[in-house]
Parts: sequence; C-alpha cells; structure tokens
Amino acid sequence: MTTAVSILPEQQLAVLNGAYRQAVARRRLRVLFGAAIFAAALLLAAIGAEVNLRTLFTYFGNFVSYFDRILTLDSGQRVWTDVGEWLWGWRKWLKMLGETLLISYVGTLIGATLAFGLNFFAAENTSPAPWLRFVVRRLLEFARTVPGIVFALVFVIAFGLGPMAGVLAIAIHSTGALGKLFSEIVENADMKPVEGIRSTGASWLSCMRFAVVPQVTAGYASYALLRFEINVREASVMGFVGAGGIGQELVVAIRKFYYSDVSAILLTIIVTVFIIDITTGWLRGRLFGKEART
Amino acid sequence: MTRQEVDTRALRARYPDVFDRPASARLAMPAMIAAAFAVLIYGLVDLDFSPSRFLAGLSQLGWISLMMIPPDPGSSLPVYLKALGETLSIALLGTTLAALFALPVSLLAARNIVPSKILRFPVRRFLDSIRGVDTLIWALVWINVVGLGPFAGVLAIAVSDFGAFGKLFSEAIEGADQKQVEGIRASGGSKLHEIRFGLLPQVLPVIAGQVLYFIESNTRSATIIGIVGAGGIGLQLAEQIRVLEWQKVSFLILMILVAVAAIDFISGKLRFAIIGRRAVA
Repeated sequence: MTTAVSILPEQQLAVLNGAYRQAVARRRLRVLFGAAIFAAALLLAAIGAEVNLRTLFTYFGNFVSYFDRILTLDSGQRVWTDVGEWLWGWRKWLKMLGETLLISYVGTLIGATLAFGLNFFAAENTSPAPWLRFVVRRLLEFARTVPGIVFALVFVIAFGLGPMAGVLAIAIHSTGALGKLFSEIVENADMKPVEGIRSTGASWLSCMRFAVVPQVTAGYASYALLRFEINVREASVMGFVGAGGIGQELVVAIRKFYYSDVSAILLTIIVTVFIIDITTGWLRGRLFGKEART
Repeated sequence: MTRQEVDTRALRARYPDVFDRPASARLAMPAMIAAAFAVLIYGLVDLDFSPSRFLAGLSQLGWISLMMIPPDPGSSLPVYLKALGETLSIALLGTTLAALFALPVSLLAARNIVPSKILRFPVRRFLDSIRGVDTLIWALVWINVVGLGPFAGVLAIAVSDFGAFGKLFSEAIEGADQKQVEGIRASGGSKLHEIRFGLLPQVLPVIAGQVLYFIESNTRSATIIGIVGAGGIGLQLAEQIRVLEWQKVSFLILMILVAVAAIDFISGKLRFAIIGRRAVA
C-alpha cells in the first residue's frame, strides 16, 4: 500500500517555515526570560534559606536511615515482627486520639456555629448594612489568615496548657474559613424566596430563616464536614505547642528519639485520618448527592 | 380587598406529604441535632471546659490584646525582615523542589500513562501516606536529620508538598485531552514524544497555576513550621510569644498578614497571566 502526502512548493514552504520559526523564537525568548528570573529568585532564596547541599548530602543517609530506625524495635527486630511490642502504648494513644477527635469535633462545631451566625452579615446580598459587611469580612479574613497554631500558642498562655486552647484555636480558624465559604453559598442563593417573604412584611431575621436557610443548609453541612476532616489533621499537631491531643505524645517521642514509638504514633494518626476522610466522604456523598461534593 | 377563605382541610387532604409527614422524617433532624449536641457537651466536659476557666482566660486574652497595642518591633526590625525573607525563601524553594520531584512521579500515578493498576496502586498509596503526615511533623523529622534552621523547613515543605503535587498533577494529566496524544502517535511518535508534545503542552499551564497557588499557601505553612524550630518568621513569633513581648508579637503577626496578602496578589496576577481567563481555578 502506498501513501501520497502532498507537499507544498519550495517557495511557499520557505515563507511558512520562516513565519513559524519567528513565532516560536519569540515565544521561546519569553519563556527563557521567565525561567531566568525564576532561577535568579531561586538562587536568592537558596542563599536566604541557608541551603547547604553539603549538609544535605552528608546527612541524607540519616534521613533514609531515620525511617529504618523508626521501623526497628529496641531489640533490633523489625516492628511488624512483634506488633504487641510495637504498639505497646495503644491504650494511651487511643485515648489521646479520642481527645484529638473530640478537639476537632468541638472546634468545628463551635466554628461552624459562629460562622453561621456571621455569614449573613458578610454576604453581599443579605447584609443589612455595608459597614457591617466590611467589618465582619475583615474579621473573618483575620481569623483565617492567622494560622491556627499561632492562635493556639497565644491561647495556651491565656487559657493555660491543655485541650481547651486547641479547641478555641481550631474554632476561631474554622470560623474564618467557614464564614467565607458560607457567605459565598448565600451569595449564590436564589433571592426570589427572600422577596416573597419580605413582601409579606417579614423582618430581616424571618427572611433569613424562611427564605435563605432552607436553600443553604445542605451546602453548609457539606463544607462543615470537609472542615472537620481538615481539623482532624490540624488537631493532631496542636499538641506540639501544648494544646492537647496526640501531638503531645508524638513530639515527645520525636525529640527523645523513642524511634519505634514515632512510627507507631504516626501509623495511628495516618490510619485515623484515612478513616475520617473515607467516612466523611461517604457521608457527604450520602447526604447531599454528587453535586454538593465539590 | 377581599380575604379569601382557605379550606385547610382540603389542602391537608391534597398535600399529605407536607402536612402529615411520617414520624421518622419529622424526628430525624431533631434527633441528629440532639445527638450532635450531646457529643458536644460530652466533649466540653471531657476536655475540661469550665465557665470560670473560660472567663478567666478571656479576661487574660483581653489584657494580652490591650498589651499588643501599638504594634512595635523595638530595635529588632532588621532581624524580622530577614526572618520574613527566610520564610518566603523556604516557601519558594520548598514548593519548587516538590514540583520538580513530583512531576515524574505523577506520570506514574496517572491512568492514561500507566494503564496497569498494579503499578499505579503502590505509587498512589505512597503519595497518600506522605500527604497523611502533616508538614509540622516532617519539619520535626528533618530537624533531627539536618539540624535546626531554615534548611530543615525547605525540606519539610518539599516532602509534604511532594505528596500533594503528585496527586494533583496526576489528576491534571488524567484530565488532559487524549486526541493530541493520539495525533502524535499517528504520525509515528514514540511514547516519550507523546508525553512531550501531546501531553505536556496541555498540562503545564495547569501545573504552573497549581504550583503558584501552593507557593501562596506555603507562605502560611512556612510561618508555622518555624514554631518547631525550622527557621523563618515563625521562630521569631514563637520566641516572642514565649517571652510575652506582646507588642513585638502583634507586629510580627501584622508582618505575616501583609506578606501573605502581597504574595496572594502577585501570584493571583501571575496565575491569571499564565492560565488565562478560561481556567482560573
């Protein structure tokens, strides 16, 4: 079987090729320029962050062997040969994990409640006054930009060491994050029911209750569940600054080089996070169908 | 204006599902709320919340906020600026490293590159477990390996983002249009040609957008990992909080907020320029 490909005459081809090369060359130049700027920024950053490749090469073996060490018991055997010995502290760890989950649950619920109270003031279409909207929005922005663990550091000093500081830190951070998401849902809500309720002479509060809330609860619950998932991760490190949960145990194990404990606690955290992810994913799919999953 | 008489009985008969909902449907919502509330109460008790402790803490917090005004760096402004630069460097370097390493791995995790499920599965689980460990934990591990300082922070961000990028990139690759790849194959290109000329031109803008977004969010993460000793402005912040220098603390928080806002702005513009109007995620 023969195939014939028709080729343009030489002169026409030369012109087209020339134009193509010119266009490509211009784009290449631009990409090259961007890459050069990026490389310069990287170099500057490398100096700023005291990157020392020699340290990395000298100690990289340490990083790999770290995982070897955390997977070895004191007796020199691999951890999975003696699970009972490896997970010796499971009672304590499970209790701490339970505390972590409670911290994230209570924090999420308080945060979601506060966000629910505030979001109608922050949404473009339902806010009673522009100045109120401005104030609430800045407040929410502040709550979500300051990292949760910074709040925890301050709260540990104000409320004392313990899970209470962690709960409040998570609650405030969640208020900021959920408040924004909630108000975006409200902004996408249909305003016709609101007009209908208002035309009957209802107050602002009744408008919200009977026209807006029924439209938005599904979205709210979906986002709150997602937030719970994120907060479980967040709560697992709150213990690093003394704000309760499993992080406390982990940081002690890492700092004191209790190698097999590190891997055991990490394992319990990862498994818990997986289970929570799967459960909330299933719950959200179950409660709200596919369209609300985003 | 006349008032129309409403025949409630007829309405009830016509819409039984509105007026007479079965008990299970009517009670489901209150039952769920009650259960959620019960767990909340149990949690509050178990985590030793008490009104007196809460109020005492609140007044303490009030004092702290008062002492934060006005924000004042004292004489350590140069140190803080350097620390901020360090934080930005950590974010930039960590994200770039993560993206460089994640790109080849993400090809292995994408369904349209590696059709074999057996090969893909371990790669995906590997990425999942890396993502399951928080950046702060990675920072602690790296501090054990390379010592205190910003370098540990760079490596921590690089590792934890490696997991996230691997997943996001492979999703971007799976979402790419196969027709262009088929075109390359039809004209006799090899597998590598297919990836280079058929896939990468579609995927790179999406990836660039995600990398920029992560640089943005990593500016936040980089401030956090300083708290455990991995350099940057978080280290200064944690120290000033520990010695109760509240004016410096509020100044540092303000610096972080301004820096994050500035990075947000710049990367928003850049993302817009790279991806264009159609796919601003």
